Amino acid sequence: MDRRATFWFIYLPPLIWLGLFFVLPVLLMAAFSFRPDMRGDLFQLWTPTLDQYASLAATGSYWRLLWISAMTALGIGISAVTLAYPLAYFLALHAGRRAGFYLVLLLVPFWTSYLLRVMAWKILLGTEGVINSFLIYVGIIQEPLPALLYNRTAVILTLIYVWIPFAALPILAALQRIDTSLFEAAADLGARPYDQFTRITLPLSLPGVFAAFFMVFIPTVGEYVTPLLVGGSRGFLYGNIIQDFFTKAANWPFGSALSMIMLAATMILVAFATRLVDLRQLFE
Amino acid sequence: MNTRRDSIPLTFYYFGLIALLYLPIALLFLFSVNSSASLSFPIKQLTFDWYRQLFDADAVLRSARNSLIVAIGSSFAATLLGTMVSILMLRYKFRGQNLLIALAVLPLIVPYVVLGVALLLLFAILHIDRSLWTIGIAHTVVALPYTLLIIASRLAGFDASLEEAAMDLGADYPTTLRRVVLPLIFPAMISAWLTAFTVSFDEFALALFLSGTQPTFPVYLFSQLRFANRLPIMIALAVLMMIGTLTLVFIAERVRRAE
Repeated sequence: MDRRATFWFIYLPPLIWLGLFFVLPVLLMAAFSFRPDMRGDLFQLWTPTLDQYASLAATGSYWRLLWISAMTALGIGISAVTLAYPLAYFLALHAGRRAGFYLVLLLVPFWTSYLLRVMAWKILLGTEGVINSFLIYVGIIQEPLPALLYNRTAVILTLIYVWIPFAALPILAALQRIDTSLFEAAADLGARPYDQFTRITLPLSLPGVFAAFFMVFIPTVGEYVTPLLVGGSRGFLYGNIIQDFFTKAANWPFGSALSMIMLAATMILVAFATRLVDLRQLFE
Repeated sequence: MNTRRDSIPLTFYYFGLIALLYLPIALLFLFSVNSSASLSFPIKQLTFDWYRQLFDADAVLRSARNSLIVAIGSSFAATLLGTMVSILMLRYKFRGQNLLIALAVLPLIVPYVVLGVALLLLFAILHIDRSLWTIGIAHTVVALPYTLLIIASRLAGFDASLEEAAMDLGADYPTTLRRVVLPLIFPAMISAWLTAFTVSFDEFALALFLSGTQPTFPVYLFSQLRFANRLPIMIALAVLMMIGTLTLVFIAERVRRAE
């Protein structure tokens, strides 16, 4: 078998797989978003209509929720990166020989079940949860504080917590790439530690900072699991209404339209991100 | 610059955050050995009852087994496809090459909820019942970017002259792939497989849409959250799984270092 024959042998499986299970479903979803309603067989021809998008456009609450989700993700991204930066800085420049061990220690929580860590927060924050029962136990309060769970703040806190270790990684990679002789040169020329940080370390680590931000931001915009667990109806994000229209409400055409808007929004954000930062750095 | 004096606040910060990150995990351990079924203070009594009950809880164990089946199957498929795309990416030039690579990496940035409902739609239209297969297919798609990037970065480290030498000596291309290329990238394939495994094993957002009558562990866990008295058993299993996953992560790290 020559090189050409081998080509087809290794070209067709990934092409078919991605075509069938990635491209086709997205195209079907796009087609479904132009379907007037759920009546009739799932697989039938329908006259394309913009009805779903029209009613979506007319309902301000969906756009508001999309905006809130984007802003929430923005806040979570900025917070996680800000909190992760000193960690990465410590690991890259101050941890010395133990850096490898400290890194693993930081990553262990990230490698444990996502659902479980979120559930642990629920145990912490719930009305009968650890914080409330502890406060009652020591007598500081008599009635449990209800405000700890089932709102957007709980979602935000949980997600920041979940993302911190992950956000430290690209920043760490960027800091490790900095040539340490630059620090010596700066010190020789009389730069104080503060100047060294603002004029050398921070600017050179910015690509890592942007990479970390987008690694948190992109999946958070589409997040629906954490709101489901700790957010309650007051903590819902845009992803939750997509889920609702495909499960409880069973209005797939409208859910598809919502989904297409989310996909378009994400693609625009990613296109914007690739202008700011070379995304290939994410994978080093 | 790296004086001991300015290391102190950073060290404190690091260990403070570590404590915060481990607090919920420590709680899970604690409640898995607490005799009370309610997850609240004060802690009653130390017990391994939940672990013992776990081995009689058929549905729980079945869900763990389902997760294992899906993770093993999808990580094999994702590693195989990742290897193929890596070779196509670095050893061939063809039209549509960039499109194929882009398609293989794109699942990384498509929100899971979008991919989940799109696949749900596909399987519904094709009248394919939701099962472990449908979850596994979704996991293969989302794990492919990881396996591709891990394997491709290893393959990029070798230039094609070794393969050319093998071909000059009379080996045909499939033999060259099997005897030269695959052994070279094998460590990366192992580490890609382990990564894909951890991506799948814990995945919930896609599995919730695509699971049929057989739930994976996260889906089953989610369905049981309402029943408070079952929770300690689930936590006990989760603690065991956590230890399992950690072992895998450490093995993956070892393999990667050994390269």
